[in-house]
Amino acid sequence: MAERWDLKGRDLELLLSEAETYKGESLWQDAWRRLRRNRAAFACLVFLALFALGSLLAPALPLPSPVTLTLDDEYRPPAVDFSALLVPGFRRDYWELGWIDERMVDLRVAVFGDWQTAPWLGTDGKGRDLLSRIVWGSRTSILVALAATLCSLIIGVSYGAMAGFLGGRIDNVMMRIVDILYSIPFIFVVIFLITIVNEYRTELEDQFGINRETVFYVVIGAIYWLTMARVVRGQVLSLRNSEFVEAARVVGASTARIVFIHLVPNVLSVVIVYLTLTIPAVMLFEAFLSFLGLGIEPPKVSWGLLAVDGTEGINPIKLDWWLVVFPALAMGLTLLALNVLGDGLRDALDPKLRGKD
Amino acid sequence: MIGFLLRRLLWFAITLWIVVTVSFFLMRAVRGGPFDGERTLNEAIERNIKARYHLDWPILKQYFQYIGPFNLDERGWFGGDGTRPFGGVLTGDFGPSFKYRDFTVNDIIAQSLPVSVSLGMVALMWALTLGLTTGVLSAIYRGRGVDVALRLLATAGIALPNFVIAGFLIILFVFELDWFPVAGYGSLRHLVLPGFALGAPFAAYIARLTRTGMLEVLSQDYIRTAHAKGLAPRLVILRHALKGGLLPVVSYLGPATAGILTGSLVIERIFAIPGTGSHFVNSATNRDYTLSMGVTILYTVLVYSLNTLVDFAYTLLDPRIRLEES
Repeated sequence: MAERWDLKGRDLELLLSEAETYKGESLWQDAWRRLRRNRAAFACLVFLALFALGSLLAPALPLPSPVTLTLDDEYRPPAVDFSALLVPGFRRDYWELGWIDERMVDLRVAVFGDWQTAPWLGTDGKGRDLLSRIVWGSRTSILVALAATLCSLIIGVSYGAMAGFLGGRIDNVMMRIVDILYSIPFIFVVIFLITIVNEYRTELEDQFGINRETVFYVVIGAIYWLTMARVVRGQVLSLRNSEFVEAARVVGASTARIVFIHLVPNVLSVVIVYLTLTIPAVMLFEAFLSFLGLGIEPPKVSWGLLAVDGTEGINPIKLDWWLVVFPALAMGLTLLALNVLGDGLRDALDPKLRGKD
Repeated sequence: MIGFLLRRLLWFAITLWIVVTVSFFLMRAVRGGPFDGERTLNEAIERNIKARYHLDWPILKQYFQYIGPFNLDERGWFGGDGTRPFGGVLTGDFGPSFKYRDFTVNDIIAQSLPVSVSLGMVALMWALTLGLTTGVLSAIYRGRGVDVALRLLATAGIALPNFVIAGFLIILFVFELDWFPVAGYGSLRHLVLPGFALGAPFAAYIARLTRTGMLEVLSQDYIRTAHAKGLAPRLVILRHALKGGLLPVVSYLGPATAGILTGSLVIERIFAIPGTGSHFVNSATNRDYTLSMGVTILYTVLVYSLNTLVDFAYTLLDPRIRLEES
């Protein structure tokens, strides 16, 4: 025993220099490495990144306007004519776009001018280009998903971390409230709330500048925070008394340092996994509400609305299959990719599997 | 055990009270009464209608009227002559519908709930049979082609919204093959497609849960013992493994039922099924507040009691779990 503590001079330096050669690997490096090795999940990540980029840049792409009615061109089946991929006839009519989107449309007009893509995926009952509607619809769906998820993230993480960190009676009461909220079938309450909000939409818009969609995001976010709060609280609770926190405390780290440097990164992995699973759930919920006529309203497009158009197009006389298949394909692929990515991330970030495979 | 049930009941009462109170006051706070239509009513008529539904009472009095069998009347608060327009939520009476003038909310629910329940049952049956079989199969053939295919199918089932699945089903089975009627309600044949579309996401989820549960159980020592003593593989699976592997599925049944109730909002609309869900959606767009509140309360009760039942069943299946801890 005595010899081991007797390291001095050269011996110690040797040992230290040897230690230097070992490079530690952070949780994130390890997770990234393992995610890349999971082919399916990584492919999904790439797909989603490209997809998000495309939908972000949609106004600058040479797509027809998603709302231009061409009444002599309705229910045109999908066809790709390689001799005329682009056709002239672009008309600049959109709903009220934001400043950035307007500039992107300016750019589009400057670059492509009058040219737009031919209706590769066909047109709907009002002669609107389906491809353009799917791409513009993805913007709405992604925006709803991100905004609502962000809402749930902020509420859920702060609520859960607070409950877990304070502990004791406060934790008990806070989690009991979550339990109560859990047992309410929220969709009914949300529909009820949205009905009532609709009643005041003009006031909300004029006086507070809150439009219906903002309310929509907040309401959806406000239901999805429950699971997040539980997950975070459980993590914080189990980590609060763990050895590395104790060790940090012994070394003399402040509470803030313990929380932000030691606890938060550990909770973050679980939160990220849960986020990738919340986003598809929220997208589904948006589609669900839009389907019922309570979500996004025309002239704006969302995937839920496209699905409504599609199911309305199902009739025995003339089957407009493309109106069902392509929006479903877009939505299905995105949600599938998000689910696979979420599962892959869960595996990659699972500390039990760390350093293995 | 009785303590557990009592405690559950207490929390349930509190939950329900909060839901009823908040939604009641929200409903009454909304500008424009339920009878505001396109044309303005004659003042006298409006006064009469309001009097009929007691909308001219002070709001707190209306609240007590809505809540329960208090003896309210025109003059005083309590101690009236007992002529109440309706019994109140506590007696299970949700009052008159504001839009369907000749119906009470209870009438509408009584007509439509059996429809929704039968649809939900069909969906749940589908989900269970399909989910359990595919789950067990993919656990047994772990890592092989069957397993991979089934898992991909399950992920797709979870990812696709049920109305999209419904659209595909209609195209395939109604227009291409002509096996089922496109919509409506009346016979079991009407319920096959909507039941399947409604149950599909839950079947997918149940398959996943069963697979995970089975895999965990199959690696246990007692399964090896069963194999070692020469029991037929089929019996090992059916008699020994399945019971343990089913546990996660049982605990999922509560949320699944709630989800099926919710999903039926959309499915009933697509297939034109006159269930509670479609009434609820209509009530939301019609501003028929009593109806939409009644359905909300009803579903809260349903979901909560089902969840309690599931928790209860869980302890019977798994003796390691005690109710007191939950």
